[in-house]
Amino acid sequence: MSDQLNEIEKAALESLQSVTDSSALEAWRVSHLGRSSPLMSVFAGLGKLSKEERPVVGQGANRVKVALESALEERAKLVKEAALAKSLEEDALDVTLPGRGIHVGRLHPSTQQLRKVLSILADMGFQVYTSREVETDEYNFQLLNFPPNHPARDMQDTFFVEAEGRGDNPILLRTHTSPGQIHAMREFSAMNPDNPPPIRIALPGMCFRYEQITARSEIQFNQVEGLVVGENITFADLKGTLVDFARRMFGQNARTRFRASYFPFTEPSAEMDIECFVCGGKGCSVCKNSGWLEILGCGMVHPVVLQNGGYDPARYSGFAWGMGPERQLMLRYKIDDIRYFWGNDLRFLDQF
Amino acid sequence: MKIPISWLKDYIDLDGLSVEDIARKLTLAGLEVDEIKYAGLPMPEYKDGEKHEFKTSGIGWDKEKLVVAEIREVMPHPNADRLTLLDLFDGTQNQTVLTGAPNIFHLKGTGKLAKPIKAAYAKEGSTIYDGHVDGLVLTTLKRAKIRGVESYSMVCSEKELGISEEHEGIILLDDDAPVGMPLTDYMGDAVLDISILPSMARNANVLGVARELAALTGRELRKHVNKETGKQGDKETGKQGKNAVRSTQKSVTDLVEIEITVPELNPRFVMGLIRDIEIKPSPYHIQRRLRLAGMRPINNIVDATNYAMLDVGEPLHAFDYDVLVGRVGQVGNLPYKIKIITRAAQDGEKLTTLDGNERTLTSANVLVCDEKGSLALAGVMGGLESEVTDKTKTVLLEGANWNSINTRKTAGQHNLQSEASFRFSRGVHPALAEQGVKRGLQLMAEWSGGVIAPGLVDEYPLKPKDPMIAITPKDVKRLLGIELTAKQIAELLTRLEFKCTVEKNIVKAKTPPHRLDIGEGAVGLADVLEEVARVYGYDRIPETRMSDSLPPQLGNPQHEWEERTRDLLVALGLQEVVSYRMTSRERESRLFAPEGSQTLREHVVLANPIAPERSVMRRSLPASLLETAEKNARGGSLAMFEIGPVFEPQQNGLPNEPRKLAIVMTGARLASAWDVKDSPSYDFYDMKGRIELLLSGLRLSGISYAPAPASSSPSAPLSAEYLHPGKAAEVKVNGQTVGVFGELHPLAKERYDFETAVIVAEFDLDALRNAAPTYGITPVSEFPPVFEDIAVIVDEAVAAERVESLIRQTGGRTVTRVRLFDVYRDEKIGAGKKSLAYNLTYQSDKTMTDAEAAAIRTKIVKRLEHEVGAKLRS
Ligand SMILES: [Zn+2]
Repeated sequence: MSDQLNEIEKAALESLQSVTDSSALEAWRVSHLGRSSPLMSVFAGLGKLSKEERPVVGQGANRVKVALESALEERAKLVKEAALAKSLEEDALDVTLPGRGIHVGRLHPSTQQLRKVLSILADMGFQVYTSREVETDEYNFQLLNFPPNHPARDMQDTFFVEAEGRGDNPILLRTHTSPGQIHAMREFSAMNPDNPPPIRIALPGMCFRYEQITARSEIQFNQVEGLVVGENITFADLKGTLVDFARRMFGQNARTRFRASYFPFTEPSAEMDIECFVCGGKGCSVCKNSGWLEILGCGMVHPVVLQNGGYDPARYSGFAWGMGPERQLMLRYKIDDIRYFWGNDLRFLDQF
Repeated sequence: MKIPISWLKDYIDLDGLSVEDIARKLTLAGLEVDEIKYAGLPMPEYKDGEKHEFKTSGIGWDKEKLVVAEIREVMPHPNADRLTLLDLFDGTQNQTVLTGAPNIFHLKGTGKLAKPIKAAYAKEGSTIYDGHVDGLVLTTLKRAKIRGVESYSMVCSEKELGISEEHEGIILLDDDAPVGMPLTDYMGDAVLDISILPSMARNANVLGVARELAALTGRELRKHVNKETGKQGDKETGKQGKNAVRSTQKSVTDLVEIEITVPELNPRFVMGLIRDIEIKPSPYHIQRRLRLAGMRPINNIVDATNYAMLDVGEPLHAFDYDVLVGRVGQVGNLPYKIKIITRAAQDGEKLTTLDGNERTLTSANVLVCDEKGSLALAGVMGGLESEVTDKTKTVLLEGANWNSINTRKTAGQHNLQSEASFRFSRGVHPALAEQGVKRGLQLMAEWSGGVIAPGLVDEYPLKPKDPMIAITPKDVKRLLGIELTAKQIAELLTRLEFKCTVEKNIVKAKTPPHRLDIGEGAVGLADVLEEVARVYGYDRIPETRMSDSLPPQLGNPQHEWEERTRDLLVALGLQEVVSYRMTSRERESRLFAPEGSQTLREHVVLANPIAPERSVMRRSLPASLLETAEKNARGGSLAMFEIGPVFEPQQNGLPNEPRKLAIVMTGARLASAWDVKDSPSYDFYDMKGRIELLLSGLRLSGISYAPAPASSSPSAPLSAEYLHPGKAAEVKVNGQTVGVFGELHPLAKERYDFETAVIVAEFDLDALRNAAPTYGITPVSEFPPVFEDIAVIVDEAVAAERVESLIRQTGGRTVTRVRLFDVYRDEKIGAGKKSLAYNLTYQSDKTMTDAEAAAIRTKIVKRLEHEVGAKLRS
């Protein structure tokens, strides 16, 4: 009987060697461990055996059963591994094919830059103040200390709007966001005319200049101005605030310098330059070999402007500055043609 | 303004300062140096990694190889008629130099020159510009045979030395040039090209720049030392050096009188006279300076007017006195006393200016006249008739003062920008009229051998105020944030020639009589504070953080809301664009049928457009956006938006600037990929889906959609007239219309270049922003939901929205989601019918059974049968 069991075991294990897939494995299980398998008929015949033989054969059959089951399990593992290896190989992709895109939206680069500027200014306590784009000569020039026929008007060539009977107060497209300075000061001072509150605002928006559209000049551009008015504001505060801003904007190592300049609505006036971030100040085409980049114009608010805004210049002082987000982008991304911004070619916009 | 360094040195000792040091100091003080052009002084050499500071051009002259030399004989070339050989002494040895210079050719073969000619000599191996090629190309002199004669060196033209473009002949140096001296020491120069700010008009001259430099360095300003004459003039007393001594008896006041009719336009008019002049070229070093300063030398008299103007800042005009006499005639053998009258021109009056153009004048122009008529356009340009010519013997020299605004207008009106109008339109102090005339006469006497008539005629009806400003250490502390004593303040201002007194800690500063930019009162204080800061040095003022209290925190809800809207739109896959605010009626009317109401709409019209296609402010944001979309349509997929104002004109007042949102979608719905074939195009429902998500992102409820009205009034803020009438909807929030959207009308689409349907949306942002948002959320149930599909067949006329709202009403709170997943039409369900299949989600605050769901479903079906005649599709 034990010979017979050995035969069964040997035959089964031998045939298991040729099993390579899961269906053959199942067929093997049925024929070697199934109800009608030789091993099972040994178990079925146990009852017919003598009392002495029964435990011996029973134990022998059990041993074979355990052996076959464990061999099956082992084989099943191998078969599964082989199948997995095969399928993994077969399912391999060409990983060099391009990925599948989605339609994504982006903010216009000018909006992105405006946000960057405004968020730094928000951290520094500057609130956003917006005002209209079509203005009067009074707000765009006169109240800002540009008298009619002043040579400083040459610096800001202006688009005028057709309108009758306006005299010396024509309607025009604002040449800077500075009319908002007057709007804001008047709004704030109206809250408490005897003791106007301090002001700390950022004025973003589209401005217009009468220019030919070329790679270097545009008829419209964004500007962000900052305005501070208070009872203890000094030129040293202007420098400290703008240097802080420049470090947030261009990095903590940004070097700055202040040059005397002229704007009718500020005095003293200055230009702030930062060390060229393209060449590190060594001189390159972006900084026109000077090592410095003009980044903003600034100054102490002119007494006439304070007065026009409802703030007594004997008691209040302030500073203001203006800068161009598109210019900043052009410097930062080495954009050599300003027409890209309103050209809105997606091949340009997609890069931001 | 081009300032040669050598000229500055007439006024200030610059030892120990490099050209870059000088340029840096001026730049930081507001005299921005745009470029340094070297013409002989050694150029800085930048090693790798060293910092540049200025845009630099030009050439430095080798000290050893470029020297002053004298030409002793001009000899013929043995083999070439057009060339000559020079016998030249370079200070050390004799050289034979080949040249073709035309300006010494006439001396060929005349033997030893009685008076040797001084020339700029370049030895073998020197590097100069090639005079024979266009542009500036450096070349190094090498030994070569030219027509059989050895050549290794040359005498130079101005072009070859980088002084000017001049290459007609060689430089003929002044007779006193020391032979053998290195040229760089003799006349090496560098020119600072300075941008003059409107507030710095007083510095548009050499003296002005020198004065600034003296103030910035604390060095002494040597006024009115004239290196050419070596004599000292005194502007206060009017002494003129030794030339004045040679004057004739007849004083100018006997010969000329002046009548100023409008002092506001002509505050001062000064004239002087010089006789027995000989018109000839100016000394070479004067010509060189003029060229470096950007002016063309003409003759000694014209050059003297220009030189004096560049020197002290007063534009001068030289009249030929004899021409003026000829106009009015003589009395016996004495000339009639000439009367100069300044007055406003008559409308239509004509004058031929120096440039040969006849100009028709208006009453806004001011003229210098004699009793016969006009002589010059005041402050802008002289007249042709009385100009100085080669025959001129006597010069009447004018130094006048003109109103800056009037000059500016006149120069603009006649498009005549001259050196004079540049200065007068920015403001020249009347004190300079006298200084300028004296300086001009002095130079003329020096260069022409003329004799200056004694005295000046000087009408000075309107003197400027030259304000006195009080400034205290407290002012300086309050506005600049630095501590200075009264004495220190006074010292800084004195450097700029303010006359200062200090009393009880108050500085009283009197404006010097060369500047008009200092105001009075609070303005004057600011003006003077700027001067204190500039001379003290902006770089020395500390950087501090504001100690002032924070202002009221108002925020800007509108701006914040708009930014949030932008974020939502970007999250929906839409690209933001920003287009020109300026367009034309024609461009906008592409969107609207020619007979459409938009064409009747008014625009904000520009009085001075740059081009016809940018002549009005946009009235329609979709029109702008469609242009952008059209430019980008390359058969791909486009989904973009713009937020910004449109401009609605008001009668002769400021326009309204309502803010709008426009969205355009066209092209493939699916992003392109290598396995995506034939993506469907965007349609109405793609846009609607995005609008739904936008509105829910803005937390708006009470939203309804309805077919857009076929026509709307031209004044309606939102019009659907450019949309397909059957594929356009208006969007309402709580009954208020906030937007329209739909497919572009086929007629409008014909006027653009698009391949696929174009879906457009337009929102009135102010209306949208004013719609009240609702906050709060729907709780998320822990119990499992039951999902079920239901399909009903209804008539085509039944709107899907109606079916859905009936399902929601009937299902109540238990039906938490109703999703239409199929719309189906087929013969089997009958013509004029459609099947709508919904996926319903049942959800309750306990576990729902299928039976409970089925009961609700039955109610829904019954309701639909009853209300819209629906039949359940099995
Ligand atoms: Zn650089």
